[in-house]
Amino acid sequence: MTEKKMFSIKGSRKEKALVEHVAEVIFTVCAFFAVLAVISITAYMFINGTPALFQVGITDILFGTVWKPAAAEPSFGILYIILTSIVGTAAAVVIGAPIGILTAVFIEEIASPRLAAIVKPAVELLAGIPSVIYGLLGIYLLNPLMYKVELAIFRDSTTHRFTGGANLISAIIVLAIMILPTVINVSVSALHAVPRNQKMASLAMGASPIQTIFKVLIPHAKSGIISAVVLGTGRAIGEAMAITLVSGSSVNFPLPFNAVRFLTTAIVAEMGYASGLHRQVLFTIGLVLFVFIMCINITLTRILKGGEEN
Amino acid sequence: MKLRKVITLAGTAVIAAGMMAGCSSQAEETTAAETTTAAETTTAEETTEAETTAAEESSEEAEGGSEAAAANTDLSGSISMSGSTSMETFANALCESFMNLYPNVTVTAEFTGSSAGIESVLSGACDIGNSSRNLTEEEIGSGAVENIVAIDGIAVVVDPANTVTDLTKDQLIDIYTGAVTNWSEFGGESSPIIVVGREAGSGTRSAFEEILGIEDQCAYANELDSTGAVMARVASTPGAIGYISLDVLDDSVKALTLDGVEATAENIQAGTYFLSRPFVMATNGEISEQNELVQALFDYVYSEEGQDLVSSVGLITVQ
Repeated sequence: MTEKKMFSIKGSRKEKALVEHVAEVIFTVCAFFAVLAVISITAYMFINGTPALFQVGITDILFGTVWKPAAAEPSFGILYIILTSIVGTAAAVVIGAPIGILTAVFIEEIASPRLAAIVKPAVELLAGIPSVIYGLLGIYLLNPLMYKVELAIFRDSTTHRFTGGANLISAIIVLAIMILPTVINVSVSALHAVPRNQKMASLAMGASPIQTIFKVLIPHAKSGIISAVVLGTGRAIGEAMAITLVSGSSVNFPLPFNAVRFLTTAIVAEMGYASGLHRQVLFTIGLVLFVFIMCINITLTRILKGGEEN
Repeated sequence: MKLRKVITLAGTAVIAAGMMAGCSSQAEETTAAETTTAAETTTAEETTEAETTAAEESSEEAEGGSEAAAANTDLSGSISMSGSTSMETFANALCESFMNLYPNVTVTAEFTGSSAGIESVLSGACDIGNSSRNLTEEEIGSGAVENIVAIDGIAVVVDPANTVTDLTKDQLIDIYTGAVTNWSEFGGESSPIIVVGREAGSGTRSAFEEILGIEDQCAYANELDSTGAVMARVASTPGAIGYISLDVLDDSVKALTLDGVEATAENIQAGTYFLSRPFVMATNGEISEQNELVQALFDYVYSEEGQDLVSSVGLITVQ
């Protein structure tokens, strides 16, 4: 008998059932791995992150402003770090999202097919650049530029602590560029999914192409575009490598020209040498970051569900 | 046909089993691979870096070494150490020369940070924990023993264009506490001082602050998480000042003299240069309680050859 016949529909029922069953088991095991990973990470973060929270005191950690983990009388206030992550991420999204969405509109609606064939691969390439490269460019291009601006603005200031250009603005710019590919790619898919007859109807009613874009296409693709922005936010808040190089990494209130430290860079910067309670607090920072990202993911799921209902 | 079926089923079973077993064994493999890479980079880096100094030594060692090597094959096994990134150059050089002496012994070194190193020696994950600072009371209380093998100097560096060449201890304190913020006060050009340092917990930072007596009072503009990052930042930022380990000092930055004393090994040994710190190879319990491999390693470090090695990598000997 040939090999082909063995698994054909004409084969015996028993055989087929067996193959089906084995395949089912393999799939289940595979799916189980992902779930196991999520559960173990969550459990690990909570087990390691909560002890310090109670040891130091929840308010002392979350609302304290002094970060001196290795001092004789250590102080573990991460409020400025949390604020930096919120402000930095929000600003990066405010800058990056409009640029990303409009780029998506350009690729999908305005650009000629030939031009779109150049822009789209460029965006995809941008997504593939490792984050450390963004950081290096930030050090050698952005920081010196920022230092010049800083010198010009604070020339007569006696209180300003000069940072050499490694500040919040540098970090925001790097983050805004890094979230572009995510925002663009997801928005393009959302715009692409708008039924063609909607656009045709709008144009036939006499609306100009720009009116069609803003009154018909973007509103129709709303849930997709919002999820693009939320995904971008998740990418920005979780980024560590690039901003650790450009942000100066001192714990300060997040003002534009201050050197700042994000939740991610706080962990990266100090994990190597931390010990004892200091190390546990770094896990707590990880837990805070984890909760932030969970919130973002839950929001995303809600939006996507809402989109389906519509 | 039956055979075919059996083979197919056996195949799927093997795949499924492989997936289950794969996890644990793979994890072990990765760690093993990491350590070997560390050891390999060691050799590569050392040959280029310490070529000049090591060349003389190795020629000497090669003569006596061939006899010694023959005599030393009775020791075999492996030693693992882990810890301070500042001690990387030294630890790599030590691994290489010790393995030359004892061909059947494998020494691996990982660089995870002083505290992490001591933590892993205490947990038994490695034999020796490298630390570029004195051990804390907590660590000594848990059984770690502080074996000082070398002394490291800390260099204060500025960008090459800076016209200031010397600082006193008090001036350095003023800069790092934020009392003085412009180079013009020390006779330099009028430009803001950008205070660059290491992150909390770093051995270099705690050594620097401790020696100057300004623990926890430093006002850093930038806190970077590696020596290389400090060098890069200082080299590329006009008006920046930073501190680094003496043995990694190169021409991309300018080292200042402190109280008129240049940052050199002779001056640190003589005690005239005040910024220096110990390099500790911590063990869990006294050296005499360790296995014979670890004892042999410490015998080697404290021998004349070992101390030659210490000075060949830019450190200062203890004896």
